Amino acid sequence: MKRIRVLVAKPGLDGHDRGAKIVARALRDAGMEVVYTGLHQTPEMIVEAAIQEDVDVVGLSILSGAHMTLFPRVLKLLESRGAGHMLLTGGGIIPREDAKKLSDMGVGHLFGPGTTTTEIVEYIRTYMQKKEDTHKER
Amino acid sequence: MSTEDRYKEWKKRALERPTRDEDFTTVSGQPVDILYTPGSGIDYDRDLGLPGEYPYTRGIHDTMYRGRLWTMRLFSGFGSAKDTNERYHFLLDRGQTGLSVAFDFPTLYGRDSDDPMSHGEVGVCGVSIDTLADMETLFAGIPLDRISTSMTINGPAAVLLALYIAVGEKQGIPSHKLTGTIQNDILKEYIAQKSWIFPPEPSVRIITDVLAFCKDHVPKWNTISISGYHIREAGSTAAQELAFTLADGFAYVEAGIEAGLDVDDFAPRLSFFFNAHIDLLEEVAKYRAARRIWARRMKEKYGAKKRQSLLLRFHTQTAGCSLTAQQPENNIVRTTIEALAGVLGGTQSLHTNSMDEALALPTEKAAKIALRTQQVIAHESGVTNTIDPLCGSYYLEALTDELEKQAEDYFKKIEELGGMVEAVEAGFPQKEIADAAYKYQKAIEGERKIVVGVNKFSDPDEKIDIPILTIDPAIEENQKRRLKENRRTRDSDAAARALERIKDAAQKSDNLMPRILDAVRARCSEGEIVGALKEVFGEYREKPVI
Repeated sequence: MKRIRVLVAKPGLDGHDRGAKIVARALRDAGMEVVYTGLHQTPEMIVEAAIQEDVDVVGLSILSGAHMTLFPRVLKLLESRGAGHMLLTGGGIIPREDAKKLSDMGVGHLFGPGTTTTEIVEYIRTYMQKKEDTHKER
Repeated sequence: MSTEDRYKEWKKRALERPTRDEDFTTVSGQPVDILYTPGSGIDYDRDLGLPGEYPYTRGIHDTMYRGRLWTMRLFSGFGSAKDTNERYHFLLDRGQTGLSVAFDFPTLYGRDSDDPMSHGEVGVCGVSIDTLADMETLFAGIPLDRISTSMTINGPAAVLLALYIAVGEKQGIPSHKLTGTIQNDILKEYIAQKSWIFPPEPSVRIITDVLAFCKDHVPKWNTISISGYHIREAGSTAAQELAFTLADGFAYVEAGIEAGLDVDDFAPRLSFFFNAHIDLLEEVAKYRAARRIWARRMKEKYGAKKRQSLLLRFHTQTAGCSLTAQQPENNIVRTTIEALAGVLGGTQSLHTNSMDEALALPTEKAAKIALRTQQVIAHESGVTNTIDPLCGSYYLEALTDELEKQAEDYFKKIEELGGMVEAVEAGFPQKEIADAAYKYQKAIEGERKIVVGVNKFSDPDEKIDIPILTIDPAIEENQKRRLKENRRTRDSDAAARALERIKDAAQKSDNLMPRILDAVRARCSEGEIVGALKEVFGEYREKPVI
C-alpha cells in the first residue's frame, strides 16, 4: 500500500494550533506523509493545497466555533474541483449535533477533546484500507 | 546521628519499598523527590524576605489579602456587545469586582465583521466590536472610573484602548481616571496565541507608542500584560512558561529603554498574566520565582530605582487546557485547585474557568459557579488570613529555586540567539513548546499521566447533560448592518482624513495613539484603522513549526 498523504489545515482566523501540530506530528510518526498548512487559511487555499499535494485526506482543526461555515465550504470546493474522493475529516470544539449535521453532508468523523492520536491514525488507516479493498473488488 | 545522616538512612530504606509508580513528576514532567528536608540551603533574607520587600518572593504588598482581596475578573464575551453587556451586569451584580473582555477572532485580528475572512466567526468565540457605537453598548451602565477593565487584545490593542478612552469621554470620565489593562503583548502572539497582525518591528513600535502615550494621558493603565497563559495553553511546561514570559518582559523593557524612555517611567505599568495549571505546588512555586527573578533583573540589569518598577503584578487564569469535555462537572474541582494555586501564589486578579469551556463558551450558570468558586476560596477557605502561607515548605522552596534555575538556563540560551525577538524569529520557543506538548500528549496516551474521566475512570456511555451556549448566526448579519449604518451616518470626509493622518504618522515616527484616538472619535471602524496601518507596516506571516 502506498504511503497515505494527509493535509492538516487550520482554516479561518483560529489561532489554536496545539492540536493540529500534535496530530500532524503523530500522523508523520505513524508513517504518513503530512503537509501542515500553518494558520489562517481560506477554504480556497486549503483546497488548492490539497490538490497540489495530491493528498488522500484533508484534516481541518477548528476550535473557534466556525466549523458550520468552514467544513461545508471546504467540502463543496473539494467536490467542485474534482477532489471529492479525498476524505475530509478533522476535529476541535464541535458539538455532537453539529458533527452529526456535517456527517450527513459527507464530512468524515470529527474528533473532540480527549481523543488519542492513535484513534486518529487508526481511523485514517482503516478508511484508506476499506477504500483500497472496494477499489480491488471492482 | 545528625538529621542529615538520619535522612540518608531513611531515604535508602524508603526507596527500597515498592511504589505504585516508577516515576513521580509534576504535570510539567519535572522529577519530584520522595521527601524534602531542611538541607536545601535557603538564605531567607536573600531569597525570600518579607512581603512588600525585595526580592518580593512572598508577595508585593505589605498586607496582601488582609488589606484587599484579589480582583475577581471573569474573562467574558460572546455574541453582540449587547449580549456581553448583559453578562457583565449579571456578574457585577453577583460580586464580580472587575471586567475582562473576550473579543471574537475578527476583532482580535483587526478585521471588521464584513471582512470575508470574518465569515462564520463573528461573535462566535468572543464579543464582536467594530466601532465606537459597539464599544459604548459594551460598557453601557458601567462607570469606567470605578470598574477596571482588562482587554485581551494584542495586534489592535492601540485601537481598542482608543475606543475605551472614547467611551470614557462619552461618560464624562477623563482618561487619567481610567484603570485597566490591554494585553498588548505581541511577542507571545508569535510564540503561542497567534493573533498577530504586523511584523515584529512595527508591532514593537506601536507598543512603545502606547507606553509613551499612557505615561502622560492614561497613567493608571497597565500598558502591557506580559502573558505566559497562552504559552502554557500551547503546551509548554511551567519552567518554559516562566522563562519565555519573563524573557518577553525583558525585551519590552529593552525596547522602551532603546526608544529613549526612562525605565522608571514605564516599568511600573507593566503587568503579567500567568496560567494556573493543575499541579498546585509547582504553580505556587512558579509565581514566587517569577516575582523574585523580575525584581532582581529590574534592579540589577536595568537599573530601575523606583520600588514600583521591581514589582511583578499579575493576573491568573485557570488552565483551559486542563479542562475535559468528558464528565464536565469534574472541571469545577480542577478549577478550584488551580484558583487556589493562584491565590496561594499571591495573584492580583483571577479568572476561573467555567465547567463547560471544553465544549463551548460558558452559560450564565456555569460562569456563576466559577465566580462562586473564587468567593468560597476568598471568604471560607481561610487561606487569605495570612500571607504566603506555604512559605517554608521544603518542597515548595526547592521547586521555587529549581524553576528559577531552569528559567535562568533559558535566558542564557535566548541571549545566545541574540535576544527574544531573534529567538522568536528563529522559532526557538515555538519548537520548545511544541516538543513539550507532544511529550505530554504521549504521556497521556501511555497512561503515564492520568486525566480523570479521559484515560482513566471514563464513562463509556456518558451523556453530556449540561446546557451548552449557542451563538445566533444572525449576529453576523446584524453586525454587518450596524457597520453599514455607521458608514452612512458619519462624516465620511472626516473619517477619510483621520485614516490618512494615521498612515502619515505610521510612515514618520509620530506617536500613533493621538491619531488613532481621533479616528475612533470620527467613527472609523477597527478594520479601517488596522487596514490603514497594514498599508504601511505590512502583515506578518508565520513559518509553521510542527
